[in-house]
Amino acid sequence: MMRLIKYILLISFFILSFQKLSISNNISSEVDKISKNLRCLICQGQSVYDSQSDFALSMKMLINNKIKEGKSEKQIYDYLKNQYGEWIVYDPEFNKKNLILWVFPLILFIFGGLLIYRKVFIN
Amino acid sequence: MKKNIFYLILLFFFTFIFGVFYIGLDKPNFYKPKEVKNKNLEEFISTELFSNKQFNSKDIIENNNFTLINIWSSWCAPCRSEHAILMNLSKKTDLNIVGLNYKDKKNNAIKFLDELGDPFSKNLIDPDGIISISLGAYGVPESFLLNNKSRIIKKYIGPLTSDNISEIIKIIQ
Repeated sequence: MMRLIKYILLISFFILSFQKLSISNNISSEVDKISKNLRCLICQGQSVYDSQSDFALSMKMLINNKIKEGKSEKQIYDYLKNQYGEWIVYDPEFNKKNLILWVFPLILFIFGGLLIYRKVFIN
Repeated sequence: MKKNIFYLILLFFFTFIFGVFYIGLDKPNFYKPKEVKNKNLEEFISTELFSNKQFNSKDIIENNNFTLINIWSSWCAPCRSEHAILMNLSKKTDLNIVGLNYKDKKNNAIKFLDELGDPFSKNLIDPDGIISISLGAYGVPESFLLNNKSRIIKKYIGPLTSDNISEIIKIIQ
């Protein structure tokens, strides 16, 4: 009998601990998602999510606060871009400066396709 | 003949690669994006280190012609060497220098100022670094020179040098 109670207690604690986890998950999973798309500016090569630097830790807290204020994901990215410049996000915008970066692969693709086409179908 | 051209091209190719990497050796591997210019400093509310009173950044900045916000911390070694320069600046000019104490313990911060002098007109605290991040700072030390409309005139990442100081003095006069 004693043993049964012990098991039940153990199992219920186990289940409860998971419930606690799922409650806190809502905001922190959102923070994780956003911080994975941000470049840690002082520990380059890492994302804010991966880094344990002071910069990244504060950044995660700030994102947490912004979410609590009701800001959307896009609003947070825009806010950080305004503060730190576009470089903080991993997704480069399409603009005049990086036009070649975006268009060059496409040009190569079309050019290569034409070469293959000529070789295979015309010869 | 054909073989010779092949070797020549190969030689050229390897010298080119060697050249690129050799030049690359000297380049710093830390990329700093260009500064975003003509921006206003975000408003913030913080507590003063000594008096524990709350201040709005706007009230502190917009009552003076120019304000220098210096982010510092007692645990940061470059801040220690920068401090003498700040002391010098506060003695030479009547520039409003505001300290932002980054992720520090109160006792350590006060000890630091007791030991090295206090160049700041006000010392605001930023215990979890959130204010610094919202200002667009990278870490400690870092300084923002602002005019009376909270506009960022200059931003100095890393410790201030004596060249920076002469530049600041030139701007504020």
